[in-house]
Amino acid sequence: MSAIAATFRELRRKNEGALIAYVMAGDPAPKHTVKIVDALVAGGADIVELGIPFSDPIADGPTLQRAAVRALEAGTTPRKVFDVARAVKSAHDVPLVVMTYYNIVHQMGVEAFCSAAEQSGVNGVIAPDLPVEEAALYKEAATRYGLDTIFLAAPSTSEARLEKLLNASSGFLYLVSANGVTGARETVQDESIAFIKQTASIIRGRAPLAVGFGLSQPSHVRQVIDNGANAAIVGSRFAEIVEQNLDDSDKMLKMLRQCAHALKRSTRLSGAMEVTD
Amino acid sequence: MDYSDYPVKGKYGRYGGSFVPETLVAALSELEMAYARLRGDKEFQQRLSVYLSTFAGRPTPLYYAENLSQKLGGARIYLKREDLAHGGAHKINNTLGQALLAKHMGKTRVIAETGAGQHGVAAAIACAALGLRCEVYMGTEDVERQKLNVFRMELLNATVHPVELGSKTLKDAINEALRDWTANVHTTYYLIGSVVGPHPYPMIVRDFQSVIGREIREQMTRQVGRLPDALVACVGGGSNAIGTFYPFLDDDVAMHGVEAAGAGLATAKHAASLCAGSEGVFHGMLTYLLQDTDGQVQATHSISAGLDYPGVGPEHAFLKHEKRVLFSAVTDTEALEAFLELSRTEGILPALESAHAVAHAVELAPTLDQDDVIVVTLSGRGDKDVDVVGRYVGANI
Ligand SMILES: Cc1ncc(COP(=O)(O)O)c(C=O)c1O
Repeated sequence: MSAIAATFRELRRKNEGALIAYVMAGDPAPKHTVKIVDALVAGGADIVELGIPFSDPIADGPTLQRAAVRALEAGTTPRKVFDVARAVKSAHDVPLVVMTYYNIVHQMGVEAFCSAAEQSGVNGVIAPDLPVEEAALYKEAATRYGLDTIFLAAPSTSEARLEKLLNASSGFLYLVSANGVTGARETVQDESIAFIKQTASIIRGRAPLAVGFGLSQPSHVRQVIDNGANAAIVGSRFAEIVEQNLDDSDKMLKMLRQCAHALKRSTRLSGAMEVTD
Repeated sequence: MDYSDYPVKGKYGRYGGSFVPETLVAALSELEMAYARLRGDKEFQQRLSVYLSTFAGRPTPLYYAENLSQKLGGARIYLKREDLAHGGAHKINNTLGQALLAKHMGKTRVIAETGAGQHGVAAAIACAALGLRCEVYMGTEDVERQKLNVFRMELLNATVHPVELGSKTLKDAINEALRDWTANVHTTYYLIGSVVGPHPYPMIVRDFQSVIGREIREQMTRQVGRLPDALVACVGGGSNAIGTFYPFLDDDVAMHGVEAAGAGLATAKHAASLCAGSEGVFHGMLTYLLQDTDGQVQATHSISAGLDYPGVGPEHAFLKHEKRVLFSAVTDTEALEAFLELSRTEGILPALESAHAVAHAVELAPTLDQDDVIVVTLSGRGDKDVDVVGRYVGANI
């Protein structure tokens, strides 16, 4: 069983959802990333996604675009992100997923990319602009290196296509909560909740469901977990904290830990009636 | 299989495809189905053809550039005068077609990207004519450099959204248009400006631009009595070039695509993705692009804003791979000299983009026979470029 699957199993035993924390590796510079991950794991992140910055991130909103620009300006390369991954793995046994646009994988070569990922202890890969129809070689190589391949499903995804995505996915299935790009939103829309419920009823536990895009607050996390998601993915909120504290790394790390802590707490209350914080 | 049979399942050989976030997958298949229906629909094609003739001024003339031909002393050069189409460029062929498609699909809001503003203006024209709301993304660098075109779009009732992110140029405007589309797929039609992006866009734009080549075929047959020996067109994203080439792909006609060599291919300052780039995935397609060894897309340079793009349409990548089209690149200086040459000898100011094609034809003509015929697509008029040319010749305007 993969590290990611084991984590979901363990959390289910404890009746908890997972908090998946997305971090743009190299933002504001590669040397910060390990400490940022430390803070998020200390706060309670169950799985960490490391973003490899790309020059043209079409699935990302302004917050993560700026994070990518900072990371690239600081000289972050795919190889450096794998170095960061290795350092993270030597400090924590948290499951690690890398997320990047497909050109980064293509340019390194699918084989070399998967091999580098495996050697640095990475457990899974997400390429948001690689459609499942184009993914045969990638899937084959990733599987050979023991990497989970995580695909995204959106509200517009048909039921037939959802089955294809489910078949190609391992680790978890990533549900894009609403049409649009990444970025913290004020609320979780009713349509998103309906989408989560409907997908959960189709998937019926065949893969963990992780909901992302737009989630930023503990109440959001609770809502998606209560409606059938197994995990909440939060990214832009953490990138905002990084961005707002570029000059004060101690404060940045403290706030990241507190933020992760509050988000994680909401994954533990699934089903309970509660007052939002 | 013939070259004109592509794309097959969204691919031109190994190139093309549809590398987009999942949210856009359903929208692209909706577009593909709507287009498949309308492509063969007589009424739709008839409506488009009326707009093209009575509104856009088609057919554009095929003009024998006798002065230039005699001066060069080789093949006869004919100019396909897209500069005479409404808006001053071939762009209108595509924007009218897609705006009509948007309307048939029941979309009320159209978004587009623009670099220099040529496609933005053409999109605004088509949307105004068809009663569609038009919003155009444009990098802040370009907004600054092309203030007049921003105002033109506004006069045409379009809204221009400046894009502050990334390199603040065309590629970032496309990124932002794709993001907008992702958030508003139900109401919005994305009217892309060249034969780039995910399938089916490269095919749709090619089909609408192929009116150029179909007219050349008819006009050559009528005016010269046979097909041309060679076709020459400039390649930015590649729409005027593929529009010129496509109806001849399966004939014995040589084809030359001309990219922007900027300050020279040996420098980092050019936009020649086919001549000097490598394979990669960008803006939804597998194609040639200018990127670093990590796969980060590079900044480009060309004196002509319309060629200043780090990628290229996937069908061109395929035709290069098949050696069906020869691609070369022309520097800023060579294009400027060709601009001056055509202006003086023929009384036609070509767009600087088109001047790249002219520069190549000037090289090519003397190597061919006097009976040979070269058709050069003059994709646009050069009035927009006179200030740049003025700076080059040191004029005080
Ligand atoms: C006059 C003219 N020619 C050529 C181009 C290049 O585009 P394409 O290669 O798609 O024809 C442009 C783009 O703006 C243009 O304005």
